[in-house]
Amino acid sequence: MSPVAYIPRTREMYPDYPPYRWVVNEGSPWTPLAKPLNRCKVALISSGGVYRVGQPAFHTRDDASYREIPRDVAIEDLRVAHFGYRTEDAEKDPNCVFPIERLRELEAEGVIGKLADPAYSFMGGIYSARKVKKELAPQLVARLKEDNVDVFYLVPA
Amino acid sequence: MCHQSVGLIARAAEEAGIPTISMTSALDITQAVKPPRSVFVNFPLGHQTGKPHQPELQRSIILDAFRALETIATPGTIVTLPYVWDDSDDSWEDREYRPGYLTPYTRAESVR
Repeated sequence: MSPVAYIPRTREMYPDYPPYRWVVNEGSPWTPLAKPLNRCKVALISSGGVYRVGQPAFHTRDDASYREIPRDVAIEDLRVAHFGYRTEDAEKDPNCVFPIERLRELEAEGVIGKLADPAYSFMGGIYSARKVKKELAPQLVARLKEDNVDVFYLVPA
Repeated sequence: MCHQSVGLIARAAEEAGIPTISMTSALDITQAVKPPRSVFVNFPLGHQTGKPHQPELQRSIILDAFRALETIATPGTIVTLPYVWDDSDDSWEDREYRPGYLTPYTRAESVR
């Protein structure tokens, strides 16, 4: 089978709405990897709607807020709030979309130099691309810069 | 939508001088938004770094992503990883994300 074509299927799911205008870009920006991964500080971000007990959950569509999750969080303290995918498996094991335990192991083994603290999480079902570009992305990038992150590992859901 | 949001954030990070590697399970959306470097895992949404309680699978997918980070040399490249969701089910892609997906399967109430 060929991969699911999500753009036409999203259209089928919302027949009563005008067609969503997906972002289409020409070309990609580029920053070369400057040093070996085992000397890099790597930050994790997931759009799977993961949050830690005690933090506010994510609201419905167009919630462009993010959560900072301590890198040493206990996995059983993580929760999932997302309207756009079947969250059952991520609730059972958040590593399906927020692989924090695996990254801690890879840090301990020296595959990555350092796992950044905190990790980041948001709820990716944001209809407004403008909100992502003008609000969410610049805030996150500023945090990564402050924290001298070398590599950003992004996991959608 | 998640894939579009992640792609936009990856592009912003890369424009600001931070190299990125992105997972994707929605190939057409990722091809449109063009994050700088991506790896495609053909799994249902919500399993971009693997199945629940399968740490070896999760680890292997992440290591493949990091390998792609080190080897991709052309901006916008999407590397397809060879993982198969279910050997005994060759048509899940036909059924996935059709009208009705949001109920009862998607836990709308999970947005608390």
